[in-house]
Amino acid sequence: MATGKGLFGSSIARKYWMALTGLFLCSFLVIHLLGNIPLMLGHQDDFNLYARFMTTFPVIKAVSYLLYASFVVHAVDGILLMRQNAAARPVKYAAYNGAANASWSSRNMGLLGVFTLVFIVVHLKSFWYEMHFGKIPVYIYEDGTELKDLYTLTVTAFQELWYTVFYVVSMALLGLHLWHGFSSAFQSLGLTHPKYTPMIKIAGAFFALVIPAVFAAIPVVIYLAS
Amino acid sequence: MNFILKIWRQSGPSEAGQMVTYPVSHVSQDMSFLEMIDELNIDLIQKGEEPVVFDHDCREGICGMCSLFINGEAHGPGRAVTTCQLHMREFKEGDVITIEPWRAEAFPVIKDLMVDRTAFDRIIQAGGYVSVNTSGNIPDANALLVPKVDADAAFDAASCIGCGACVATCKNASAMLFVSAKVSQFALLPQGRVEAAERVQNMVRQMDLEGFGSCTNTGACEVECPAGISIENIARMNREFLKASLG
Ligand code: HEM
Ligand code: SF4
Ligand code: FES
Repeated sequence: MATGKGLFGSSIARKYWMALTGLFLCSFLVIHLLGNIPLMLGHQDDFNLYARFMTTFPVIKAVSYLLYASFVVHAVDGILLMRQNAAARPVKYAAYNGAANASWSSRNMGLLGVFTLVFIVVHLKSFWYEMHFGKIPVYIYEDGTELKDLYTLTVTAFQELWYTVFYVVSMALLGLHLWHGFSSAFQSLGLTHPKYTPMIKIAGAFFALVIPAVFAAIPVVIYLAS
Repeated sequence: MNFILKIWRQSGPSEAGQMVTYPVSHVSQDMSFLEMIDELNIDLIQKGEEPVVFDHDCREGICGMCSLFINGEAHGPGRAVTTCQLHMREFKEGDVITIEPWRAEAFPVIKDLMVDRTAFDRIIQAGGYVSVNTSGNIPDANALLVPKVDADAAFDAASCIGCGACVATCKNASAMLFVSAKVSQFALLPQGRVEAAERVQNMVRQMDLEGFGSCTNTGACEVECPAGISIENIARMNREFLKASLG
């Protein structure tokens, strides 16, 4: 149960945290996507240099801790809200016509979020963990330094059809999460306006379609090229 | 017209309930939904069975007493109507109609289709009022100037009849539409601003303590609300609560 007052206990405040972390994660998606463009273009050195920069540059490192925290807060808060919401209706309806008054994605944010969580765990294990702690092939770059070859690791991973399909499906589900989530976050924060809210809705739909689609294109391009 | 009704029967708050099927005939298309159940109850009483208990009072869409979750929707398939104002012509001959009580932890079933909505009263008691001295010199109503847009928005919010359809239809059984309407009707007016910060905090606190769910912004509530309350009120309450919590 949510317990009322203030910026931590109340159900409204729990939604502020969902919205703030959710929007921060959206901004991360943009940066992450831009960094991955060299993967699609087959630029091995560019991608590996970018990966080194992202794992060693101090400012990025600081921001990355904020990012990890946002993921944890978003997921834990999301699960707390799901529990509160389930407890608020212990006896279910025999007939419930949810489609009559709300979009599918808005009614399944928890399911979509939990699937995204599964995807993130698999994704982090495959690449983030290997980059930071795993045994990853290295080669000598032209400036004489050693470079971890995350590029080859990634390209090899997407030779597998099932792995590529898993990514495409995951991105479709993330897109559905954002189809409702992006504009919903503004409503949660009370940021509504007769003129700007329609624009935010359009921007949210655009974001939810384009960002996951380009993410999904990366493994598809690599798979087809292999 | 003839219908097959599937109705939730439960003899008391702590008894187990179940769906029971009743055929009804001789229903006129001009009858309201409640009149149709009246007909069923006449049959049941004549047969010596227990009539179906349901809430109602004005039967003209203003009191907020009638409820009923009909075919998966609060107040049935109509838009901007209460169950008492829903007419049988909205249904097709021979339809199977499922009728359930509002389902929420905070709205326990009393009997059959009647639920206890006093959780709403306690939320109002927590802050849904303005403290004014009503003895003696009452100031002239027109002494305080209120912009027309604010007055209209406050009036729209105040048209909530407290029926609880928003809670019933929400997948989270959230009371945000009701509470935000009550917060807004005061927050928009100068008389209400005085206690605005305390009010929103106390009402939200009571809403949480009653065990309502949180808001996922699905918007289902504003679609089903018989009074046409907009979720813009929820956004306003989110702003008010943030301001109050930071201030
Ligand atoms: C890149 C990953 C993700 C992004 C960009 C993202 C973004 C968002 C956004 C913007 C919202 C709307 C917040 C609001 O309505 O105020 C949201 C809601 C939600 N997210 Fe995520 N999310 C992500 C991952 C996750 C994960 C891993 C979970 C795990 C459980 C999750 C669970 C939820 C839930 C349950 C909601 C709905 C909360 C509610 O309104 O009741 N999300 N997300
Ligand atoms: S907001 Fe609408 S649905 Fe909710 S209690 Fe008020 S009138 Fe009923
Ligand atoms: S009985 Fe009064 S609103 Fe329906």
